[in-house]
Amino acid sequence: MSVVASGDRILLKHGSGGRAMRRLIEESFLRAFATEPEIPAGVIGVAAMDDGGAVHIGDRWLVMTTDSHVVQPLFFPGGDIGRLAVSGTVNDLAMMGATDVLGLTCSVIIEDGFPRADLERVLESMRRTCLETSAIVLTGDTKVMGKGDIDGLVINTTGVALTSHVVRDRGLRPGDRIIVTGTIGDHGMAVMAMRHGLDLDADLRSDVAPINALIRLALNAADGGITAMKDPTRGGVATALHEMAAKSGVGILVDEASLPVRDAVRGVSELVGIDPLLVANEGKALIGVRAEAAPRVLAALRSHPLGADAAVIGVCTDDRIGMLILDTGFGCRLVAEPEGDLLPRIC
Amino acid sequence: MTNALEFRDPHRAADLNAALARATAQVGHAPVSLMHVCGSHEQAIAKFGLRATFPRDLNVIMGPGCPVCITDQPEIDEAVALALKGVRVATYGDMVRVPGTAGSLADAQARGAHVDTVYSVAQAIDLARRTAEEVVFFATGFETTAVATAAVILAGLPGNLSILSAHKYIPPVMEIVAEMPDTRVEGFLAAGHAATITGWGIFEPFVRRYGLPVVVAGFEPLDILAALVRLVELVRGRERAVVNMFPRCVTRDGNLNAQRQLWRVFRPIGGRWRGIAHVPNGNLRLRDEWAEVDARRRFTIDVASLWTQAPSTLVRQCICGNIMAGIASPGDCPLFATECVPDAPVGACMVSSEGTCRIWHQYGGVPNLRGAACPL
Repeated sequence: MSVVASGDRILLKHGSGGRAMRRLIEESFLRAFATEPEIPAGVIGVAAMDDGGAVHIGDRWLVMTTDSHVVQPLFFPGGDIGRLAVSGTVNDLAMMGATDVLGLTCSVIIEDGFPRADLERVLESMRRTCLETSAIVLTGDTKVMGKGDIDGLVINTTGVALTSHVVRDRGLRPGDRIIVTGTIGDHGMAVMAMRHGLDLDADLRSDVAPINALIRLALNAADGGITAMKDPTRGGVATALHEMAAKSGVGILVDEASLPVRDAVRGVSELVGIDPLLVANEGKALIGVRAEAAPRVLAALRSHPLGADAAVIGVCTDDRIGMLILDTGFGCRLVAEPEGDLLPRIC
Repeated sequence: MTNALEFRDPHRAADLNAALARATAQVGHAPVSLMHVCGSHEQAIAKFGLRATFPRDLNVIMGPGCPVCITDQPEIDEAVALALKGVRVATYGDMVRVPGTAGSLADAQARGAHVDTVYSVAQAIDLARRTAEEVVFFATGFETTAVATAAVILAGLPGNLSILSAHKYIPPVMEIVAEMPDTRVEGFLAAGHAATITGWGIFEPFVRRYGLPVVVAGFEPLDILAALVRLVELVRGRERAVVNMFPRCVTRDGNLNAQRQLWRVFRPIGGRWRGIAHVPNGNLRLRDEWAEVDARRRFTIDVASLWTQAPSTLVRQCICGNIMAGIASPGDCPLFATECVPDAPVGACMVSSEGTCRIWHQYGGVPNLRGAACPL
């Protein structure tokens, strides 16, 4: 019997934001795009594996990020691929501290036979989301591929923005507080329930939204007290915090009771055996903040509708470096970084 | 959800932890070793971080409680052989990836066989109704899922559907563990969902014969802690008794209707449990009167052709058997989290979400987290 050695093929898990994807990037992409020296002066490059890259120009940083959006179904409760494509890129810029978007690109690949009405619906959603976040599309590209060569629609957006202070994902220090800007697991749980045909009587809605205005409030209130940011998209809060802890050289202790989780998400999570910590969010940020600035940042976030459920959820420690530990109220356990895609429990 | 939250009160948990520590210290020897026989118990213990608060001298071992893990290689081989011969095989998700002697059902699928993952036996029936092909439901699991299989057989199956039973029956394996020469187990935590069907009275002969106490436990954190306190108290008092700590679901006699259905369809026979031993009365096979829906009678299953391939050296290093018998921990295995990971499991314990190795891997193993607490 022939057995294909693992690693010979790219599998779905290599795109799901967990450990497998990180390994693929490290082993293949970073090798291809390595620079000499590895970290050039005035540049935050791919090797940083941050939410975006940046180049120092004059007294400011030009921040740049890109994201290809594939989601099935294209339309889901709370949003659609168009809103996702704008929000995802705007939010990645915001996570680098760049909350005023200079412009976006929009590159679309469409499958032969795709309904025109659906395309219009997606573009209208992009238009509205751009208005909401004061972003404009500067340039674009359109391609059509044969039937079956692509699954409906893929949208790539690239965004550029300027900022005087770049926020990284690796600046956490022991004692810093971790804030999440709202409820967790909403997007991933809504999409998963729809994709697996889980016929649940639960009000699951994606949280997809551009949060640059919300982040601007936090940055202004923090007055330099924000030490790191990351948006917990694929792989969820657990994956993002793992990465922040490892890069910063701290441990992170999370208080489960402080995690904002909607009842519907909690219920479905119990039912299908998937932890909301591992589920994607598309309108949330994790913010590392100096302890003394935490109350100010929290108040600023809560003053905005998208930050109403913001909460301090954890503390950075100087021991158990790189580990994410969950205090369940009963005891503590490690939260492992997910390997690949999450599937509902079978039995 | 309110019902569940009632059993998730951290303050009550703190009281129970204190009681557990007191009772453990009073036993008079250390460590005190208890065994549970259910993957769902291990899931709850790991998920809620209970191990970090157990007394140092209390050793809670996960025994052979994962139905996927203890399904024996020849049983997997039967399903693989059927699939390779062109029969459509439907089974629960985890079973697809469990390695047999020469590959898993997933490997058979990669070679062109039709393998369908189903969430329940009802889905297998739907599948059979939608196709003209012969479909075999590879039926695995303990009495909890065996009852579901029995019910659909009694209700009548589509003509093109038959059953390959690898169902197991839990009570006999507790006897095997109790008789193992290396065993340190002083008491058992029994699974509440299985006892809902069998009733707690089924453990009384075991208690009389082996002199080990049994406590029936539910699956919320307070259920487990309260049951452990009671079990340690029984060990401390050398009391030979069955105590039901899950009375909101479990009665002495259990679900008599389900038991009637179970034994009308199945008979217990002896057979190997993977990595454990030959377990007398541990396997459930279809009774003769159900021969026409028994895949073993409907088809000639040639497993010998699969056995020409010797197991790999990795498989020989796997210590799943010792882990399921409770005499080793995943951390003792040289393959754990290195060569053996959920994506490329060497042993069955890493395949199933109910397997000890998989659970320990999912929750990041068990480093010493004693004393850790979030200051928020």
